[in-house]
Amino acid sequence: MLATYAYPKYAYRRPVELDRPDTARAPVAVVGAGPVGLAAAIDLAQGGTPVILLDEDDTVSVGSRGVCYAKRTLEILDRLGCPQPAGRGVSWNVGRTFFDQDEVYRFDLAPQADEQRPGMVNLQQYWLEQYLVERARSLPALDLRFRNRVAGVDVRPDGVRLRIETPDGEYALVADWLVAADGARSPLRGMLGLDVDGKVFRDRFLIADVVMKADFPAERWFWFDPPFHRGQSVLLHKQADNVWRIDFQLGWDADPEEAKKPDNVIPRIRAMLGPEREFELEWVSVYTFQCRRLGDFRHGRVLFVGDSAHQVSPFGARGANSGIQDADNLCWKLGLVIAGKAPASLLDTYCVERIRAADENIANSTRSTDFITPKSRASLVFRNAVLELARHHPFARALVNSGRLSVPTHLHDSPANTPDAESFAGRMRPGAPMDDAPVAGPAGDWLLPHCGGRFTLMLFTDDPTALAPATRNALARLAQGEVPVEILLVSPPAAWPGLPGAASAPDLTAPGASIDGGASVPGVRRVCDLRGLVAERYDGRDGTCYLIRPDQHVCARWRRFDAEAVKRALARAIAAKEPAA
Amino acid sequence: MKLITEPNFRDRDDRGLWPYARGDEFYEMLIEAHRDLDEAGSAMLNSKLVLLLANHVGELAVLREAIEAARAGIEPAGEAPTPSLDR
Repeated sequence: MLATYAYPKYAYRRPVELDRPDTARAPVAVVGAGPVGLAAAIDLAQGGTPVILLDEDDTVSVGSRGVCYAKRTLEILDRLGCPQPAGRGVSWNVGRTFFDQDEVYRFDLAPQADEQRPGMVNLQQYWLEQYLVERARSLPALDLRFRNRVAGVDVRPDGVRLRIETPDGEYALVADWLVAADGARSPLRGMLGLDVDGKVFRDRFLIADVVMKADFPAERWFWFDPPFHRGQSVLLHKQADNVWRIDFQLGWDADPEEAKKPDNVIPRIRAMLGPEREFELEWVSVYTFQCRRLGDFRHGRVLFVGDSAHQVSPFGARGANSGIQDADNLCWKLGLVIAGKAPASLLDTYCVERIRAADENIANSTRSTDFITPKSRASLVFRNAVLELARHHPFARALVNSGRLSVPTHLHDSPANTPDAESFAGRMRPGAPMDDAPVAGPAGDWLLPHCGGRFTLMLFTDDPTALAPATRNALARLAQGEVPVEILLVSPPAAWPGLPGAASAPDLTAPGASIDGGASVPGVRRVCDLRGLVAERYDGRDGTCYLIRPDQHVCARWRRFDAEAVKRALARAIAAKEPAA
Repeated sequence: MKLITEPNFRDRDDRGLWPYARGDEFYEMLIEAHRDLDEAGSAMLNSKLVLLLANHVGELAVLREAIEAARAGIEPAGEAPTPSLDR
């Protein structure tokens, strides 16, 4: 039991299937109610797909485990209607790396001002899971079943047959699709006999979560060879409720059981914090890690997400963050396939895109680990040479690698993108995750909440009242298509009569705010680009339009609106052969 | 010309990339080149690499500056050694 957190115990309810003579069928089941499985189930349910979420346990993560949640994850949590970790957690952007006693490298995760979410928020994993469970339970389409353990799986061409154990006995369930979010040791992966390839690092690390009152800044601090832990590295993170995460490198030869004993942990912490600092041990764990991934993330009707699909070293916070981005990428596709609006081959783009992301995350976390834990004599000498040069030379500081923190993958190579036919400045190329910017609009003061969960056509227009009737009709038809494309008109403050200046927000509370003050067009919304930052970040001019995916990634853009081009790009994004009529 | 000590690793298309990405890529190549070499092999590889890159740079003033920067802080043999990071 932790001093700062009381574990919730979620009620088990007897599943109706136990009392049915026939085998129940569900469109989709998600296995594992960790952060990734919860995010996936919430995303599916709020998109209108009924989902069963199975978990063998009846509480949240034991121990703080995942700590750092990156900007992109925070934006996804917004989209999922989950409370922001920042409410209780610790927002931060700056990381400092020290060699011995000198600062040799500093990074800032917020290179661009004026985005709603910070670079990173630290919060113990159990809090995030508790928030997600609360959100999951508010969704009628989400059937969350605790103490339901998958004991058997049979993947057939027409569905996945599950054997599920409960305290009241076993039942069978056939799911059209199965999302495997059952973690690094994935029992489902084992039951299906799938191999994961990668490398194991020969090093051990000790995690000590301590409760203490300290006024260190909310920054990530990392030491190579500090005076208080010679020859090894140490990492310090601030978490919620005065809990601090300290991570000591131990070396491969350390005995994990001995290292975990408070009599051995406390002197290490005392050496670091000084003899007068009072603290209490909250949680201790010794870990090793691997960087590896499944060859493919889809096996027939089973889709792997998060740690069951790929594992990384913890340096860089690329585990939970990339897992939640897997769910973000998969669920809208799965929703369209289940609704019969897209072919099953759309799910292959999940694999292409997220395997690319996994490889990027594995490459970054492997490079960090190779720097922190040099594997060879030559590697150790180079590492120390970089650290020595970093005292004086900027180029060497940039090579100091104590973790490259989670950033979203730009999916530029995806077959779902429509390549640019015109020239644009900036980084919002097809495949890019959207940059946020301040706006005034019906969904609030930021651009991102105006997109997501559905396709959006973001159209820059200096004067919405000047849109030709034919254009309005074409926009309205897109908004009412089989796969609807919501229209978001982006206009400068000059387009808002009665708006005294960019500093104050126009009243845009009506969900279908009309284009011209006349008849409202359903599915069309307007935002005011208060400070011109949307236009700047997207290189938007009068007429420019962007097709945005439900996961807030750019998939196509043009300088002029052309309904047929939008339909073709939409068809491509959902792997359909022909544009829908 | 002066010795460049600002970050300088680059590739053809670096738009949207994080500033550390190319340096990390180079570092990975470098460490990978030493895989499965013993100490003598590693020293030979490093020496050849220095000579190849020195010839590529060519300008003696720059090379002199680089040698001085590299030599700084390394104690001559026989005097107090710098703390070892060996584990």
